[in-house]
Amino acid sequence: MSSHFLLLVLFAALVSVVFAVLQKDEPKEQLRFGGLIFAGFVATAVVLGWVFLPFPL
Amino acid sequence: MGRKSRDSRRARVAERQGASQAPVPDGTRAATAAFLGWLIPGGGHFWLGRSQKGLVFAITIPLMFVIGLALEGTLAPFDPSRPLVFLAAFADLGNGVPYMLASLAGLGEGRVVAPTWEHGNTFLIVSGLLNMLVCLDAFDVAVGRK
Repeated sequence: MSSHFLLLVLFAALVSVVFAVLQKDEPKEQLRFGGLIFAGFVATAVVLGWVFLPFPL
Repeated sequence: MGRKSRDSRRARVAERQGASQAPVPDGTRAATAAFLGWLIPGGGHFWLGRSQKGLVFAITIPLMFVIGLALEGTLAPFDPSRPLVFLAAFADLGNGVPYMLASLAGLGEGRVVAPTWEHGNTFLIVSGLLNMLVCLDAFDVAVGRK
């Protein structure tokens, strides 16, 4: 698997699960918190991807 | 003696009794939980009776580590002359037994030219750092902070 976006989603999902379980005790809260972190990860990556588009490597 | 002063005296006595009955943090128990947590991801939580959390950590953290290896990431060597590599090695070490097994099996050599090499490194480093956080959480649970 070499799709950068899929790897990003996989990474975000796994880290979100760990953070949610670490920070919250109730399953409902874990789901909400984990979803929020996951969405934050993916949205930030997409936004930063667009912001950095004009800069050549 | 007025009612107010009686009440405040009762409150002070109850507070003192409460303080004497509060569980005394057990350093050995906390250190064991943290050590087990480092050795086997989620092990500290299992040992403290928080099996559900332990199970989640025992699946997700080694899974991240294995994905990192599958993406041809490198287990960084302990090289003090390269401070960033040294820090990466320290982070990798956070994985505990999976790290030791991978090192013994000669995995984690990495392939710098692989398109997923950086991703693999990220997975390996972050899984180790997450496990360190999990260890600290187990420590906090054991001393009664959580």
